[in-house]
Amino acid sequence: MSNKLHINRDHLLEQLKQMVRIRRFEEKCAELYSQQKIRGFLHLYIGEEAVAVGAMAALDEDDQVVATYREHGHALARGLAMGPVMAEMYGKTNGCSRGRGGSMHLFDNARHFYGGNAIVGGGLPLATGLAMANKQQQQSSIAVCFFGEGAVAEGEFHESLNLAALWQLPVLYICENNRYAMGTALQYSESEMNIAKKAASYGLQVAQVDGMNVVDVEAAVRKAVDAVRDNQQPYLLECLTYRFRGHSSFDGQLYRDKAEVSEWEKKGPVKRLVRWLTEYNHFETEEMDQIERQVEAEIAAAVAFAEAGEWEAVEDLCKDVYSPTPSGDAV
Amino acid sequence: MTYREALSAGIEAALNADPRTFLMGEDVGRYGGCYAVSKGLLDKYGETRIIDTPLCESGFVGVGIGAALGGMRPIVEIMTVNFSLLAMDQIVNTAATLRHMSGGQFNVPVVFRMACGAGKQLAAQHSHSWENLYAHIPGLKVISPGTHTDARFMLAQALADPDPVIIFEHVMLLNESGEVAGQAEAPMEKALVRRQGQDVSLIAYGGNLHKAQAAAGQLAAEGISAEVVDLRCLRPLDKATLLASVAKTHRAVIIDEGWHSGSLAGEISAIIMEEGFWYLDAPVKRVCSAEVPIPYPAHLEQAAIPQVETIVAMAKAVMEGR
Ligand SMILES: Cc1ncc(C[n+]2csc(CCOP(=O)(O)OP(=O)(O)O)c2C)c(N)n1
Repeated sequence: MSNKLHINRDHLLEQLKQMVRIRRFEEKCAELYSQQKIRGFLHLYIGEEAVAVGAMAALDEDDQVVATYREHGHALARGLAMGPVMAEMYGKTNGCSRGRGGSMHLFDNARHFYGGNAIVGGGLPLATGLAMANKQQQQSSIAVCFFGEGAVAEGEFHESLNLAALWQLPVLYICENNRYAMGTALQYSESEMNIAKKAASYGLQVAQVDGMNVVDVEAAVRKAVDAVRDNQQPYLLECLTYRFRGHSSFDGQLYRDKAEVSEWEKKGPVKRLVRWLTEYNHFETEEMDQIERQVEAEIAAAVAFAEAGEWEAVEDLCKDVYSPTPSGDAV
Repeated sequence: MTYREALSAGIEAALNADPRTFLMGEDVGRYGGCYAVSKGLLDKYGETRIIDTPLCESGFVGVGIGAALGGMRPIVEIMTVNFSLLAMDQIVNTAATLRHMSGGQFNVPVVFRMACGAGKQLAAQHSHSWENLYAHIPGLKVISPGTHTDARFMLAQALADPDPVIIFEHVMLLNESGEVAGQAEAPMEKALVRRQGQDVSLIAYGGNLHKAQAAAGQLAAEGISAEVVDLRCLRPLDKATLLASVAKTHRAVIIDEGWHSGSLAGEISAIIMEEGFWYLDAPVKRVCSAEVPIPYPAHLEQAAIPQVETIVAMAKAVMEGR
């Protein structure tokens, strides 16, 4: 991956399409949730698409990605096919985790996508360990960890950053600062609200970026990735973003004004890119329509794929708790 | 050699056998291990294979899990099981779940070693037995070497396992001398009958195995033939071996340093009731720790944990009415 950012028209259209895919996919999920096709917790990423889309475009195929329970966007942007992601939401065996995980636990070995972790902060040491393995085995891949600003209050954030800086591990921490941890605004959870500054105190290289701007995010992540890969050291990028929907489907959003939400919606990443394209690149309504049509077809196919999937046989309930026993006794 | 030396030899053999293996934990390197198990290894293997961590159990345990996912074979040492509670999230919520939640796509070949047990007058926060907590968790394997040969060879077996394995090493065994065989006696998941007997099965593991054996010796002098079953592996339990023993002796006493209520001994007792009820000539008995945080004064500490005399008395009690 070169460090140069090519902001040509095709690339921007592709980024737009990726964001629209995530947006429409999640809107569909919300609909399917109300139809009870999807159960459990459903955490939507709507509003934050620019972060996943911008970031994934800057990663190599071999880089490892660790995400949270709000990871539909990460999974799709990382290249997981929409069908298996949708089937996982349903809990079917053709899901990307065989239906064992659901919305919060999307996994894909082939794309080095390590979930899907519903413990706030839990992915931070994991990604740090993946980075350690890369370093020890002298592989050029890096580990990338997405987490919310709420995780910054967990001990594992501090333990991981300290270890990564101490041991100079090639890990990129991407904080998706959407300002709220469930209903707790940052000002009620952090004595120092500048997360990048906090990370800098551990000796990490850091940066902050407008998380509503996919171009800025991609540029910032490319720079960060190069720093991590070339210098073999950790980096923290704080993306300033916002979620337009509630924390999960059970959230009445009593903790924030509707006015605040609509203010942020004006800065939405999709709108923003469309506006920019229209202004500078002769972007036509027809092109947007074409993207929407393609995405609609993809979603319809994904839903059909999920609907057609099988339920796991109850006899397989205890499958994959342990690996198959290794052959022969190690002595 | 001592149990400590046997453990150390096991670690060295593992480091020699596989370049992906490294030992990581608090004070394992420059200090030499808080129980001196890894003394000298840093000089021999260097800083990339013997890694001193800061005091951050959740952090470095999680890093070990990540490194295992990334293709390494980490041995993560947690000073004592007491401190592992700070890392329990990583062990229980991450290491134990990843394989299942990913539909079999990812496995976590990590080994955690931790010291356990009371008897050194270290008071409550350094003396508790939490084996049953981990033995409760599907996705983990839990082993406890009670003999020097197991201390020497179980680590290699654990490292060969593709899933997370926890090894409990009882602190009271460290200075004990014993024989080490030339190779492992059995797969790590198999229970072994350490002493044959006809009248009662004493079921034990780890630090209490030698107490059970001592009790069996005393019982023999009084004409009671006790069989000693060494569980070795606490999850999964080798039910076949322990039930076969009970089928032969018709009586069972389980020795476990965990607290009586909610103990692993309770689980084993239930297994015998569920699957071996018709073998029994007497109710199953348990010798466990008293329901108290382990106290500091020696007499109280010893009163709290299983003792040879208690095992002997309990075995005699189940023999009554023979
Ligand atoms: C260790 C832990 N504590 C609490 C929770 C419950 N919980 C789930 S999401 C969440 C908020 C996290 O906020 P943040 O990290 O900012 O991520 P966001 O949801 O904003 O993406 C909380 C408290 C949890 N899942 N894990």
